[in-house]
Amino acid sequence: MTRSTVPVRLYVNGDRYDIDIEPRRTLADALREDCALTGTHLGCEHGVCGACTVLLDGQPVRACLMFAVQAEGASVRTVEGLAPDEETLHPVQKAFWEHHGLQCGFCTPGFLTLVTGYLEEHPEAQEDELRDVLSSNLCRCTGYQNIVTATMSAAEEMRG
Amino acid sequence: MNTAEPRSWTGRAMPRLEDPAILRGWGRYVADVAAGDDCLHVRFVRSSHAAGRIRSISAPAHVTLVTAADLAGLHPIRAVLDRPDYVTVATPILADDVVRFVGEPVAAVLAPSEAEAEDALDEVVVDIEPLPAVLSAEAASRRDAPLVHDTEFPGDPNTVVDGRIHTPGFDEAVASADRIVTVQVGSSRQSAMPLEARASHAAYDRATGRVTLHATLQMPHMTRTGIADCLGIPEDDLRVISPDVGGGFGAKMTLAREDIVVVHLSRTLRRNIAWIETREENFLGAWHSREQVYDIEGAFSAAGELLALRGDLVCDVGAYSCYPVTFGVEPLMAMAELPGCYRVREYSVRSRGILTNKCPIAPYRGVSRPVQVLAMERLMDVAAAELGLDPVQIRRTNLVGEFPHRTPSGLVLDDASHLETLQLAADMADLAEFRERQRAAREAGRYLGIGFSSFAERTGYGTPAFAARSVPMTLGREEIATVTPGAERVICTMDPSGGVTLRIGASPHGQGLRTTLSQVVSDALGIEPSSVRVIDSDTDTTPYGWGSFASRAMVIAGGATLIAARELAERLRVLAAHRLGGLPDDIDLVEGHARRRDTGEEIALRVLARDTYHNAQLIPDKGQPALEAVGVYDPAGTFANACHVAEVEVDPDTGEVRIERFLVAEDAGRLVNPAVVDGQIHGGIAQGIANALYEELIYDERGVLVTTSLMDYLPPTVAEIPPIRIAHLETISPASITGAKGVGEGGTIGAPAAIANAVSDALAPLGIGVFHLPATPHRLRTMIRQASRTKEAAS
Ligand code: FES
Ligand code: FES
Repeated sequence: MTRSTVPVRLYVNGDRYDIDIEPRRTLADALREDCALTGTHLGCEHGVCGACTVLLDGQPVRACLMFAVQAEGASVRTVEGLAPDEETLHPVQKAFWEHHGLQCGFCTPGFLTLVTGYLEEHPEAQEDELRDVLSSNLCRCTGYQNIVTATMSAAEEMRG
Repeated sequence: MNTAEPRSWTGRAMPRLEDPAILRGWGRYVADVAAGDDCLHVRFVRSSHAAGRIRSISAPAHVTLVTAADLAGLHPIRAVLDRPDYVTVATPILADDVVRFVGEPVAAVLAPSEAEAEDALDEVVVDIEPLPAVLSAEAASRRDAPLVHDTEFPGDPNTVVDGRIHTPGFDEAVASADRIVTVQVGSSRQSAMPLEARASHAAYDRATGRVTLHATLQMPHMTRTGIADCLGIPEDDLRVISPDVGGGFGAKMTLAREDIVVVHLSRTLRRNIAWIETREENFLGAWHSREQVYDIEGAFSAAGELLALRGDLVCDVGAYSCYPVTFGVEPLMAMAELPGCYRVREYSVRSRGILTNKCPIAPYRGVSRPVQVLAMERLMDVAAAELGLDPVQIRRTNLVGEFPHRTPSGLVLDDASHLETLQLAADMADLAEFRERQRAAREAGRYLGIGFSSFAERTGYGTPAFAARSVPMTLGREEIATVTPGAERVICTMDPSGGVTLRIGASPHGQGLRTTLSQVVSDALGIEPSSVRVIDSDTDTTPYGWGSFASRAMVIAGGATLIAARELAERLRVLAAHRLGGLPDDIDLVEGHARRRDTGEEIALRVLARDTYHNAQLIPDKGQPALEAVGVYDPAGTFANACHVAEVEVDPDTGEVRIERFLVAEDAGRLVNPAVVDGQIHGGIAQGIANALYEELIYDERGVLVTTSLMDYLPPTVAEIPPIRIAHLETISPASITGAKGVGEGGTIGAPAAIANAVSDALAPLGIGVFHLPATPHRLRTMIRQASRTKEAAS
C-alpha cells in the first residue's frame, strides 16, 4: 500500500531538516526516525510521562502529542541541542550529573529540556515553583530527590 | 590526613561515568537501535478474554499474520522448580487453542513501519469462545473451580505451590502465650512500570545466519538460554545485547514470549525485526506482582515477646509461571522470610501460589517483602496497642540482636544492626516532640500519625540460597530443566597500555554499576576509575553471568570484581618486585605505579603491562604473556537492614494522605558510592510510597484490566514524594567480601509498612487501622465515613 506523505521543514537545534512524512507522524517520531535524534524518548505516547518533552520556540511541549507538521517552521530544541559544544555541558546537564539526578536516564532528556526551558524564561524561580514544574514529568528511578536538588543548583548557577 | 596516603575510591560519591553520554541524549536504548533501521515491525494481537477457546484468527490477505500454527516446532516456556508441591505449567509462545488472560499474545502482525503494523492490528479478527474464568485466588482454589491449566493439581484446584513449615515446639509456645494477636494484611496488584516499556530488535546476519537481539533486559545470558531452548537452537546462533535499559525493577528479568517470536521471525524471514511495546501492553502483559493476602497470628507474652508466629499466605500468581524464577518466587520467598528481622522461635506457615486468569506475576523490586514487612509491622503495632506497649519498645523486645542468627526457616542472618537502626530512627523522629504535636493537632480536629517499619533486606544471594527453594526429587534424570540463579563471573584485563577492562556477567540498568565497579578495581590496582572500562550486557563479549536482580550486583558482581582485581594486583606486585627488587609484599600500587615501600623506587604499571605482552622473555616465572584474572563469587547472601519512619497527616474529608516526613536509618554495610546508594534508597521509597497510597492494577468482573494507562495507574510525581532524610550505619559483615550489602530493594520493602502504620496511628481515634494497600483516598474516605457513622450510631 502506498501512503501519502507531505514535505515538512523542521529546524532542530539550529539545523534544517527537510523530510517527507505521513501527516499523522508525531513530532517525536519525526525527530527520532527522520532526523536520527533519538535522545527524545517515548515512555507512554499518551502525554503523561513527559519523557518526550522538547522545546518548541523555547516552550516545553510533549512531542508525542504533536504532529510534526504542526512544528513546520518553528524552532525545535531537543536534549541533543542543550550543550553548547562537545566539551561543555549545559548548566542543567552539569547539575544533574553532579547531583546524581539520573539513574536509568530514560526520563532524563525530558527533565533536562523541561528545566532548561523553564529556567531560561524564569531565572528567578524558587523551589516551590520549580517543584510544580517538575511535577509535569515522571521518573521511575530517582524518587525525584536529586532531580529537585539538581534543578535548584542549576537555577542558582544560571542566575550567576 | 597525610596527603601522601592514597585516597580510596571506595566510599566516594563520585559522579557516574555513565552520565555524560546519557545527559547529551546519546544513550542507546533498544528503540534507538530500531529507529531508522530498515526492519519489519511486529505488533501483537492480544486476547480480550480472560479465558476462552480460540475459534479462529483471520485477517485480510494484505496483512502478514503470524499465529501459533506458524510456530510449530518451537517449545513452550517451562519454568520448573524441583519441589513435590510445585506444578509445572507450560507457556506457549503464542496462545494455542486457549487463552488464559486478557492481554495474552495470540498472534502477531508484521509491517514495514510501526504505524502500518498498528493499522494491520486493527484488521485482525480473533474469534474467541469465552470460557468461565477464575479471577481471585479464593475462587480459583475452591472445589469445582474451573482450571486455568488442564493438568493435575496434587492439592486444591489451581494450586501450583503449597509450601509448609511447622517447627516442633510451635503448639506448646502458642499454649504458653498471654495473648494471640491476629491481623490480615493484603496488597493489590502492582506493576513495576519501568519508564521504558519492553522492546526488542533482532538483526539477521546473512553471512553467519546468526541473529543479534537487542532487548531491554536484566539477564541477557539467561534470556539467550531461554530463547535458544524454546527455538531448539544452539545458544551460539544468538547474540543477546541489552543496551541502555530504561529501568527494570525486576520486570525485565523474565523471559518475554514476544522476544522469542521476534527472534524466530528474524531467523525464518531472514530480516531485521523490531517490537516496541506500548504502555498499554506493558500494563496488560509485562508482569504483575504482589496480589497477596496474609492471615497472621502472633502469640505474645504479656511483656510483648513474640513467642510464635503463624501465617497463612496466599499469592495470586496469574495464569503462567515466569521464567526463570517461576511463580514460586512470591509464595516461597514469603514463607522463608516472613519473620524478617524478628526473633521468631516457633513458626508455622502455609504459603500458596494459586493460578488465576490474570497476567502472570514476576518479581518486582522487593518481590513479597513489602507485604511480609507490612504483615510483621502491622502485627507489632497492633500487639503493642493491645498490650499497652510503645511501638518502639515492642520492636526492641523482638528484634534480633545477636548474630549469626538462625531463623526458623533455616536462614542465617549475618551481622546487622536492627536495634541500632531502630534507635537511630527513633532519635531522628523525636517521638516525644511528635506526640506533643499530634495531641495538639487532634484537639484541632487534625489527624497526624507516625509509623515505624523495621526490616531485613536479604541481598546478594547466590546458588546456595536459590537451591534451598527446591526439594530435589529427580536427581539422575537426563535433562535438568530447573534454573538455579547463582554465581557472577568477571574477567579483569590490563591491556598493553595499562588500561583496565572489566567484563562482567551482571547487567546493570540504571544502578551505575560501571562506576561503582570501577571504584572497586581502582582501589585494588592503584589507578583511576576513568581508566577502567566496564563491559557488560552482551553475550558475545562478557562471561556468562546471571545479571542484575535481587539486590545482588554490588555484593556478587562486586565481590567477583574484587577477587579478580586483587589477583591482578598480586601479579603486578610480583612483576614489579622482579624489576625493583624486594618482595611482592613490599610493593604498593599507587597512582598507576608499582612502588617499593622501603626505597620509594617505582615503575609505571603500563611498563609492566607492555613488557608482559610484548617482551615475554622478561616475565620472571614464565607466567602468562597477559595480565588477566577471572573472579568468581557465589555467596550464600547477606542481610542489609533499616528502619523507616513516616509521619503523615490524613485529611478526613478527602481521605488524602500527606507524607510530612520520611526518615531512614539504613545499614547497607560498606558504601562503595554513597550517592548511588542514596539514589537507590530514594527511588525505592518512591515506589514504596506508590505501593502504599496510589498504585494498583484493577480488573473488572470479567477479568478485563481497566488500569492500562499512566492516567489510571497512578505513579507518583515529585508532588507526592516528600524530602527523604537518610542516616547510615556501616556494619561490615564477613558474608560479603567487599563489605557491601545490597541496597536495591530496601526502600520499596520498608516504606509501605511505615506508611500503613502512620496512617493507622493518625486514624486511631476513629478506630481505623490500615491493612490493605494501597490506602487510596477512596478506601480511606470510605473507612472514615463508616467509622463516623458507627460512632454516631453508638452515641
Ligand atoms: S511519551 Fe510523550 S508524554 Fe509520555
Ligand atoms: S532515571 Fe530512570 S526514569 Fe528517571
